[in-house]
This record gives sequence, structure tokens and C-alpha cells, in this order.
Amino acid sequence: MSADRSGALPTARTTLEPRVGAPAASPSYRLELANLSVAVAAFGVGAAMAVMQALSRANLALPLRSPGVYYLSVTAHGVLMALVFTTFFIMGLGYVVLRAALGRDLVSERLGWISFWVALAGTAAATAAILSGTSSVLYTFYPPLQAHPAFYIGAALLVVGSWGWCVVMVRTYRHWRRDNPGTAIPLPVHGMLATVIIWLLATVGVAAEVVLLLIPWSLGLRETVDPVLARTLFWWFGHPLVYFWLLPAYVVWYSVLPRVAGGRLFSDPLARLAFVLFILFSTPVGLHHQFLDPGIPAGWKLAHTVSTYVILFPSFLTAFTVIASLEVAGRLKGAAGWFDWITKLPWSDPLYSSVALAMLTFAVGGFGGAVNAAYAMNAMVHNTAWVQGHFHLTVGTAAALTFMGTSYWLLPRLTGKELRFKGAAQVQPYLWFAGMVMFGVVNHVTGIMGMPRRLYEASYVGAEAAARWSEWTAISAVGGVVLFVSAMLYIAVMVGTWLWSKPGAAPAIEFAEPLSPLREDRGVWDRLGLWTILAIALVAIAYFYPIGQLLRTERFGSPGFRPF
Amino acid sequence: MNRSEAKVSEGEGRGVGGGEEGRGVGARVELYEKIWMWGAAGLVVVFIGAVVYTAAAGAVHPPSHVETIDPQTARTDPRFASPGVTERPDGTVEVVLLAQMYAFLPTEIRVPAGRPVTFRMTSPDVIHGFQVVGTNANAMVMPGYVTEFTVTFPQPGEHLIVCNEYCGLGHHVMHGKLVVEGEAP
Repeated sequence: MSADRSGALPTARTTLEPRVGAPAASPSYRLELANLSVAVAAFGVGAAMAVMQALSRANLALPLRSPGVYYLSVTAHGVLMALVFTTFFIMGLGYVVLRAALGRDLVSERLGWISFWVALAGTAAATAAILSGTSSVLYTFYPPLQAHPAFYIGAALLVVGSWGWCVVMVRTYRHWRRDNPGTAIPLPVHGMLATVIIWLLATVGVAAEVVLLLIPWSLGLRETVDPVLARTLFWWFGHPLVYFWLLPAYVVWYSVLPRVAGGRLFSDPLARLAFVLFILFSTPVGLHHQFLDPGIPAGWKLAHTVSTYVILFPSFLTAFTVIASLEVAGRLKGAAGWFDWITKLPWSDPLYSSVALAMLTFAVGGFGGAVNAAYAMNAMVHNTAWVQGHFHLTVGTAAALTFMGTSYWLLPRLTGKELRFKGAAQVQPYLWFAGMVMFGVVNHVTGIMGMPRRLYEASYVGAEAAARWSEWTAISAVGGVVLFVSAMLYIAVMVGTWLWSKPGAAPAIEFAEPLSPLREDRGVWDRLGLWTILAIALVAIAYFYPIGQLLRTERFGSPGFRPF
Repeated sequence: MNRSEAKVSEGEGRGVGGGEEGRGVGARVELYEKIWMWGAAGLVVVFIGAVVYTAAAGAVHPPSHVETIDPQTARTDPRFASPGVTERPDGTVEVVLLAQMYAFLPTEIRVPAGRPVTFRMTSPDVIHGFQVVGTNANAMVMPGYVTEFTVTFPQPGEHLIVCNEYCGLGHHVMHGKLVVEGEAP
């Protein structure tokens, strides 16, 4: 076997010709397409919810405009974008990556289908609860705001469905590992498995919150809920959720982008190191969302601050490795000088431009995140418009724009259909970027001025401070409309390709080759079991003591309120 | 099993496949990679150092008071039965405040400039935020807990107080006023 490999490797190393992609036995990708289509549908509805909020910022007297509709739409936008679009997209992408990079079928695809239907049923229940107007609790659903039980049960089913996805992913990997002991995990699979591990660690918190506290409470089986305990369990989940969104985007940045750009992945081991650091430090950081909460001692908030800054490091590594890979691509195309390589990159390819603009936005959003995490400085921006500016740059662009670009790359490869409305696909990422610059800048600026987030209307009966930020918010309304146009172009390309493109030969799904020879054996960064155990230990240290302290305190829960 | 082979192939160096040019790029980028890694690690250490230093040496912490209260009786609890501003014997000022749907009680607060003001607040209903616009006085007000923190407002003037945590359909009108009186010391 080793002789085979050493015989095969030099050809791969000594040529820049694309190596033949995954030899998957022409899978049908139906499960992937099912997951991706739910993601796209959720994105479309979520975007329609958002444009109304954006126009609210311009304070126009639109028909149907009311606080009730506004907060309902904020809830629907948050849940459909942050939880449904992302989760279904990542499930679909995860299956594709495993199938293509391991070159084998999924183990227990049946479980994959059951998980899909469970998650979809949960999504339908939660969406119905939101649209009925009985669950305008926003996507963070902090008690004692109380939603309809269907909202919590739906959310729980979405998570249970995603656990089924995790089982399929891990089982498929383990089968491959049994047949390939001692072989290095293909890098995109390494990144997807890190995503799975982070998701499993994270969802323990939200499952405890929803199943033990919120469902019995909303059904009347439990009188009261302690809001600090609920928030602590929520943010146990809420911050690693960010990396659940981001890591699949990183998989695309590392393993697809350099290939599309015509280059090589600059450093394979650095990418693995980054993924392992994410496994370790994604979860024990949640208290940085609760700096201003009472009931949690300062020492633990400080401890979570330290781990939050550690998690900056793997993103710095990613920035370097990915940009270096792009420079290699430009130089292989004959670029000379310092910046010439940038012009050699395929800026009209929708995957390339989406990801490049997503990365640019993420650089800004990442530094904003360093401000949020700054323990004391956080008080300047906590719960202000700055925060919504921040996460629209990070999840709303770094992750979402990457996923949109990835769909342009993926759909022809999964269906054999050529993209329809190619011009729209080429313009769409730039429109998203332009809209997000307007929206993001205004929210950061008005946030520093003190404007709160999640406001139906921000004039505070003519207060002087409010007059200053109201001059700015109209610009973010324009940004919101541009974003909506971009979102609709994306939907048009997806639906158009799906319905009106004739299937032909599908291009192969191929991942970037590393510049330096790939380490063929299983290195320390591939010991995912070991890293998982260490990660569990870190989560235990970070949470068991603070939660234990909370449980030992005499606490008074709160009954539910439905002020909507 | 492939350890020795892997070493040999690593010895062949970077840029195999890119020819002369690829090798050049590879070697140069490898140097940049080292600089970047250490630079990024240094930056992270500086960030952590700045936060930990100000926390330890300057006692700069976010509001983290631990004290509980029954939210269902908060309005009549002796600690919150008469919200308002009181001057303590030691010259500091205490503000007792209820944050409720959709108003702060009292709605207007008058405090002296240049003296430490300790805010004590709670909520009898859902979670609210208390933020004095234009300052870093910002905290969550949660049912079941007492939020306490101390700030000094150096300059006289008027500030808008806003609720910055969604609390229901009247969230956007929940506000108050802080008047800082007197001369700056």
C-alpha cells in the first residue's frame, strides 16, 4: 500500500494539472440537494423579513408597519437566517465534502433522511409559531419572554435533526478510517469534522436550556425560570454557534478557493492547527456575551475573556494562509511586483468574488469582535447597533456570502446543470458587499453614539441624542434595500438553474492541493478524539463551576410574559 | 508507516510543481508566515495583557454584582419599595431604580457631577437594559437579580437613558433622563 502511494504521489506533486477529483461512484446527491433547498428557501423568506426592517430605519410610513409586525419579522429573520439557513446549508455541504473528499458513500444515508425530515418538521413548527404572532421572542429567546410551546419544540427538533447529521458524518468518517488506518484526514474533511465536534459540544447547552427549562415552562409544567441560568446555557451554545457557521466557510476558503483561483493551498499543517484550536477554544468563551449580567462573578467573565482572545489566533492564521494561497495563484499566472497578483485573480467568478469579499469583510468584523470581547470596553457597545453591525459583517457576510458563493460552485456540480443568469451571479456578491458596507458602517457608528439594537423606531420622542443617529440610519436603510436586491438575485440564480437548466455532465468536485508535499500519515492534528477530550475538559472548567455556583445560590425564577 | 518517506518528501522542499518560480514564492512566503504567526501571537498576548492588567491593577470590571430578589414581590421589597436618589452618609450617592415594561422608575434621575454614583436596580417583569447614552454606564437588568455598579459622571449635562434589551412591543419607547448637576470638580 505504501509503495502504491509513493508511486502515485510524485505525479500529483510535479504537475499543476488538476488532479482528478473524487472518484465517488456518481452519487445522486439527493440528500444534499434537499438540505440545500431548505437553506435557500429559508434565506429567501429571511431576506424578505429583513427588507421591511431596513425600511423601518428610514422611518417611512409604510402600510402594515407596526411594532407587532416589526418584532415578529426580527424574530423570523433571526431564526430563519442564523439558525435555519446556516444549519441546513452546513448539513448539505458537510455531506458533499465527505462524499467527495473521502470518495465513498455516506454510511446510513437513511438516518440522514430521517434527520432531514425531523429538522424540517421542527423548522416548520417554529416558523408557524413565529408567523402566528405568538412567539415574537427574537432568535435569542431570552426568558421570561415566553413563546408558544411549538417554538421551543420546533427549535429542539431542529437540533435533534442536526445531531442525526453529526452521527452520519462521524460514522462515515470512521468507516473510512477503518479502511485507511494511519492516513492523513483530507483537509476539508478535517474541517467538517471539527465543525461537527464544535456543534456537539455547543448544543449540549441549548438542549439543556430548551428541554429542561423552556419547554416545561411554556407548557405550564414549571412555574418559573431563572433568566440568568437560561442565558448562561444559551451562550454556552450561542458563541460556538458562530464557529459552527464559520468553520464550513473556512473549509471553502482553504480547500475550494485556491483551486478556483488556480493556485495551491499554501500550508496544510497550519490549517489543521487552526481547526484544532477552534475545537478547543470555541465553547469556553460564552460569558463574554454576559459581561453586563448580574449574578455572575467578575472572575469567570475575565477567564472567558482570555479564551476569547485565544480564539482570535486561528483566524489570524487562516487570513494568512488563504491570502498566501491566492498570491501563489496570481504568481503562477505570471504576476510580478508586489500587488500585480491581485489583478490576476478571477474576480468575475462568483465563488471567487464572494469568498474574497467575505474575507475582506471578516477582517473588519473580526477586529470589531476584539472590541466586543474587551471586558471593560464592551460596556460602550453592549446591546447597541454596533453589535448588529458586527454580526452582519461576520455571520451575515463572512459566512453567508461564502455560502452563497459556494452554492454557485456547488449546484452545477451536484446537478450537472449550468448556472442560469450568470451575469446576475457575477454582480450579486458585489451588491451584497456594497449593501453591507453601508449597513455595517452605519450600525457601528450609531452604536458608538449609543443607539440600541432591535428598535422599531429610534427617535425617542425627539431626544437630542436620537436626532444625531437618525441622520445616519437612512443610509443603512439604503444598504438594506441593496442587500435585498442582492438576495433576490441569488434566489433567482438558484431557482432559475434548478428549473430551467438542462442537466449535462457535472464538473468534478475538486479540492485544492497543498503547495508543499502533503503529509500522508496521520499527524498529531488528526487525533480528533484526543482534541475532543481536551475540549470537553476545557468546557467543564469554564462552565461547571460558574453554573454550580449559580445553582447553589438562592434564586427566584420568573413567570412567563408575552408582551407581543 | 510512512514517516520516513514523508520526511524525504518534505526534504524536497516547497514549490515542487511550481518550478523555479513556485519555489521562490514558497520560500519567501514561508518567511512571511513566520513573521505573521509571531506577530499575531504577540497581538493576542498584548490584547489579553491589556485586559488582565486593567482588571487587576485598575480594578476595571463590568458590573458583576451577585444578589438575588423575588421578581414577583420586587415592587414591595424594602430594597426597591421607594425608588429614587439618596445621599449616603459617606458622601456617595445611591440611585435605586426599577426597570419595567416600558419605563424606568423614576423616569428622571438627578445626580451630582464628579461624585461616585451607585446604581441599584432590578426588574419586576422581563429583562431590560439600562444604558446612559454618551457614557459607559450600561448594564443588564434582570428579574430575580439586583444589578449594582458605580459610576462617576465628571461633566454636568443631560443624558438620554435607553432600554437596550428587547422587552416587548413598547421596547422602543422605554427611556428616561439623567441630569448631572453642578460644577465639575
